[in-house]
Order: sequence, then C-alpha cells, then structure tokens
Amino acid sequence: MTDVAIRFTGVSKRFRRGEMHDSLRDLLPSLARRVLRRTPSGTPEQRDFWALTDINLEVRHGETLGVIGHNGAGKSTMLKHLAGIMTPTRGRIDVRGRLSALIEVGAGFHPDLTGRENVFLSGVILGMSRAEVARKFEEIVEFAGLAPFIDTPVKRYSSGMFARLGFAVAAHLEPDILVIDEVLSVGDFVFQQKSLQKMRETAKGGATVIFVSHNLKAVSDLCRRTVLLDRGSIVADGPTGNIIQTYLSRERSKLKDTRDVDVEITEVQLCRDGKQAVRFHSGEDASVHVTFTARRTSERVAVVIAVLNEGLEDVFNTSSERLGSPPLSLSVGQSCSVTFDLKMHLAVGTFHLGVYLYRYDLERAFDRALPAATFFVDADRDVRGAANLYPIVRAVELECSSRAPGAVDPSAVGSQRDGVIDLGAAGVRG
Amino acid sequence: MKRPLANVSARVRAERAHDGRAGPSMLLLDLLFMLTWREIAIKYKQSMMGFFWAILMPCLIVAAGLIVRVGMARLVGTPLALEHVAAIMVKSLPWAFIISALRFATSSLTSNSNLVTRANCPRIVFPLSSILSALFDFAIAALPLTIVLAVLGTPLTFQLLWVAPLLLLLVVLVSGFGIALATANLFYRDVKYIVEVLLMFAIFFTPVLYEADMLGEWRTWVLLNPFAPLLEGLYAAVVLGHTPDVLWIAYSAFVTLFVVSGAWLLFRRFEPSFADCI
Repeated sequence: MTDVAIRFTGVSKRFRRGEMHDSLRDLLPSLARRVLRRTPSGTPEQRDFWALTDINLEVRHGETLGVIGHNGAGKSTMLKHLAGIMTPTRGRIDVRGRLSALIEVGAGFHPDLTGRENVFLSGVILGMSRAEVARKFEEIVEFAGLAPFIDTPVKRYSSGMFARLGFAVAAHLEPDILVIDEVLSVGDFVFQQKSLQKMRETAKGGATVIFVSHNLKAVSDLCRRTVLLDRGSIVADGPTGNIIQTYLSRERSKLKDTRDVDVEITEVQLCRDGKQAVRFHSGEDASVHVTFTARRTSERVAVVIAVLNEGLEDVFNTSSERLGSPPLSLSVGQSCSVTFDLKMHLAVGTFHLGVYLYRYDLERAFDRALPAATFFVDADRDVRGAANLYPIVRAVELECSSRAPGAVDPSAVGSQRDGVIDLGAAGVRG
Repeated sequence: MKRPLANVSARVRAERAHDGRAGPSMLLLDLLFMLTWREIAIKYKQSMMGFFWAILMPCLIVAAGLIVRVGMARLVGTPLALEHVAAIMVKSLPWAFIISALRFATSSLTSNSNLVTRANCPRIVFPLSSILSALFDFAIAALPLTIVLAVLGTPLTFQLLWVAPLLLLLVVLVSGFGIALATANLFYRDVKYIVEVLLMFAIFFTPVLYEADMLGEWRTWVLLNPFAPLLEGLYAAVVLGHTPDVLWIAYSAFVTLFVVSGAWLLFRRFEPSFADCI
C-alpha cells in the first residue's frame, strides 16, 4: 500500500452548463426574478455536465502512466484534479510526494521580461525555490539552447524558442511526481527527442510520470501503462501497446464505412512473431494478416496494402496480385485470409497501415481500411524520412592540394566555394 | 465532499517540508517575492520613468489637496501654514498606496487567470503580490517625502516610532480588503468597476485632504472609516509630533483583525472552485 503515489477513489466532477452569472449586474435581477416568480431556470440535471464520472485509479511510485483519449474525454480535467487545481465534486484524491504539474509551457512567462528573468519566474511558479533555480540555471539555458538570447525579452523570441525555454524549466523540476499535459509537441524534431529523453531520465530516476498526449508515439515511447478515457470514464487500463490498439480500433469502428459493400474487410492484424504489436525496430520482420468476408459473390479480389507516413503520404504499397498471388473469387459468406510478410526497413517515426480490396480489371475498390493500424518504428541510428538505408559514415581528412585549375578532388569543391565567397565580398565592396 | 483537496495540498506540502528541499513557507516566500518582483519589473520596464511613475500619483493628490486647502484658507481668511502642506503630503502618500493596492489586488486573480487554471501554486500570492508591489511604489515615493519633510522642518521626535506599527496595520487592513475583493471579482467581474467608483469617492470620506478635527462634531463619523484613524495617527506622529489617538487606533486594529480573518475565511471557502468559475 505504501508504494502508491496517486490514488483516485470514485472521483467525479460536475460542471454547470449554460448560463453562469459572472457579474452582479446579471446576478441581482435573476435573484429578484427567482424570488418573485419562483421558477427555476431548468432542472439541475439538465444543466449539469459530468466531466469525470467515477474515476478509480492507482499509480505506484516510479510508474509511467499515459493518458489518452479524444478531445473532451476528460484528460485535462483529470490532470487538473491531480495537480490540485480543481476540486472533485465527489470522491477523493490522494497524492504522496512532491508533485509538479506542467499543464502549459511557459506558464507565468511575461513577454516584457528577459529569458533569464522568466526562467526564475516560471521555475518558482512551478514549485522550485529561487536557490534551486539559480543552481540549475546554466543547465536549463543549455538544455533550451538559448544561451545567446537569454537576456533578450521573450516577446522577441520565436514561438519555438519560447516553448523550448518553458519546457527546459519544467524539465529540471526533479519532482517525485511529474504531471505533463501535451507539451512534447513543442520545438523541432531534435528538441522533441531531447525532451523525451529528459523525461525518460526523470522516470528512470524513480519519479512517477503521468503523461497526457495525442501523440501516441510519444506515449508509447515513454509509458508502460496507459489508461484510455472516454466521456469522463476510464474505459481501458493496461499495457500501453494494448490500450493504443484498443483506442485505434475504437476510432476505426467510428469511422467505419457502413455503406453496403460486396466484400468487407473484417480484420487487419499487424504482428510480430505471430503477436499483434505497435512498436517495431527498424529492419524487424512483421506480418500483416487481412481477413475479409464476401457479402455477395465476388470475383478477382486482390488485397492491396500500403504504408503511409504521418502526413498520410504513401511510402510503400504492394498488392497480392502484383506479388504474383492469383486473385480470389468468393461466394456469399465466404471468408478469406491473406498474409503479407514484411521487413520493416523504415526510418524512425509513426506510420499507418492502409488495406484495400481491389479488382484490377474493373479498377474497382470493394472496401478499404485506412488506417487499418498505426505503428511506431525505432532505430538504433538517427535516420529520418521514410526508409532506413542503414547508413554507415566514414570521414577521411584529405591534404590541401594546390589550386590548379581542373583539379578533380574533393578540395576543389572547397576552393570553388572560396571563389564564390570572394565574388560576393567583391560585390558588396562595389 | 469539500475535504479531499485540502488533504492533497496539505499532504504535498507536508512531504515537501521534510525531504531536504526548501520548506513550504520558504517556497511561498520565494513565490511571493518573484511575483511581486514581476509586477514591479513590468511597471518599471514599460515606462522609461519608473521612478517618476511611483511619485506621480501622490504628487497629483498633493496638488489637488493644496488647491482645496488654498481655496479654503482664502475663504476663511487664515493663511495656509506649512504644517498643513506637510499634513497633506504625509497622508496623500499612504492614500495613493491604498488606492493602487486595492485596485491591483481586486483584479489580481482574474488577470492571472492562466496561472489560476494551469499552475498549482497557492493562489493567495496573487492579491498579496499586487499589494506588495504597491508598497514598493510607496517606499520609493517615501524617499523624496522624507527629504521634503526635513526641509519643511518637521520635528524629529520619538513619536516617529509610531510610523512602523501604523503602516503595518495599514498594509494588513489593505490586504484583508484586497483578498476579499479579489475573490469577489473572480466570481462577479463587475466588482472591479464598483471598486473604482468607491475609490474615487472614498477620498471625501477619508481625512486625506483635510483633518478629522476640522469637521467638529462629525469627527466621529469620519473616524469610523478604519483607514481614517491610521492616517490621522500618521499625521499626529509625523507632522505634529504628538501621540496619536490610541483608542481610535485600537478601533482600527480591531476592524483590521475582523476584516483579515473574514477575508481569509472567504478566500479559503471559495478557493477550491476558483479554477471552475474563473
């Protein structure tokens, strides 16, 4: 029992919907009206809105918990309760340990103050002492990569710089419990990786991390356990991979084309070693099992699979027919299963799997599932883009050669570049 | 039903205290310091004339007071004594503090709404830091005032020791009102406008530009305003070199205690719903 860091017991939160009196000018007449006419404006049940309903949750010390769900599922409300910003209408929340909540990057930043001043301000607001901020100041600035601009007012910062500084402060909190709401999406790729790395270190250092994000890859990178919220309730709780699959399949069933199709895709599984998976290492073997059922007798059905990047652009596609497997003919009610074995030579990132049933001679699609699955790829080297070409780098220092015209060695490129610079300088002078 | 959150914060604070890091009261002080410093830095950075800014308001009040007093002197036929000029100055400065502290404190929670809804720091620091930053302006303006008073030849007596407790009472009284008004303004946004109007007319009901004694039998009524005995006390101690009216100051102290505890209870009662209602 003692290793429980956070416990929600039957937590519910009610918000009042509809008209709220936020000025005396409105309040006084409405009070008068109520006294005179005695007609309540709508029954309380109609005006109430339950943002959280009966949340029960236990998080152990050192656990990393992801929270996923739709917009409006109650994720942020849950976090605000955890941080003590909001009070539950029912139930209780127990927190053991020093808790830091990062709900907004750059909370408390003032545009007219310099980066240095804002680091102190934000650090103290997030729960550090001034001495603590002073001690970590150099580290924070270095992490944000903003040393040359630290004495510039933050209103001159780009939004990326602003967010980096904000996150850098929060990343140095060293709390027992770190609560983070959707802030990893700031900065460029490099900074995001750095932030994720920092949070992983925080978690490894024994801190409990509660992480809310729409970025499923980030959740899957960081958290072993995840809860799925829907309309204010926890609908699933378990290992992150399973929960993400549950979430995605719920999404798909909502998007599902209900129109009448001749052949319907009934199941798509992305597997590794025969088990469904969402995380792959670059180059690993994977297999895609597509199951489909005919509603009507159909002929010449081919299965097309595609891998799409986060922007839903095709990075790879193939089909059973193009791979030499003859098209299938199905009678009513007949099911079929097609398996593709793949090697995931993909770069680091989030990818979607698309599946289509297609008849080539008539150029007709029977059914499609997009995304049929979403998966994440890791690699042991920093490769970006779509493909992993397994790069190995070699650098050789070459001797300086003479500037003889027509010399065809790498240093010639250098001397050419010099020439360009000279020209430019001459142009400026003239 | 209302208890759980109190448990959370109390426990979090308690754990913070004995884990070797800064204790909760230390963190609160640091937070108060930084927020006050932010208010001051912004005000003084935005205007090239930061120092001037702090003394502008008291100067205007003094100017208004002089015009009124010169007019009254003409009417009655007695010349305006230097003592009266000093009186106006000594009382205008605290009055300028009262006005700006109450004005900033009233809107302190709503103007920091993003912190109220997104940061888990104790909210009491927002009204308090507004009041402290107004106090800083007061301290800045007190420097030239001291010089002027010395030039005018105000007596240097032990009565000046009264200044410290009187100012302390004043700050606590203002904090009480400020906390209550900030809470009210969070729920009803027009409280701010009502406060503006009240502050505008309050100068007539407070002995700033005049002395309570000038009102004859109405003196008691004016002194019932809890700020009045404090201002009159400052006037007596600094300008006249007399002992202030201790009974009336005791009355002010009593009202202060009442206002502060009431404001604190009000604040504690409604703090849990701040983030929902702001």
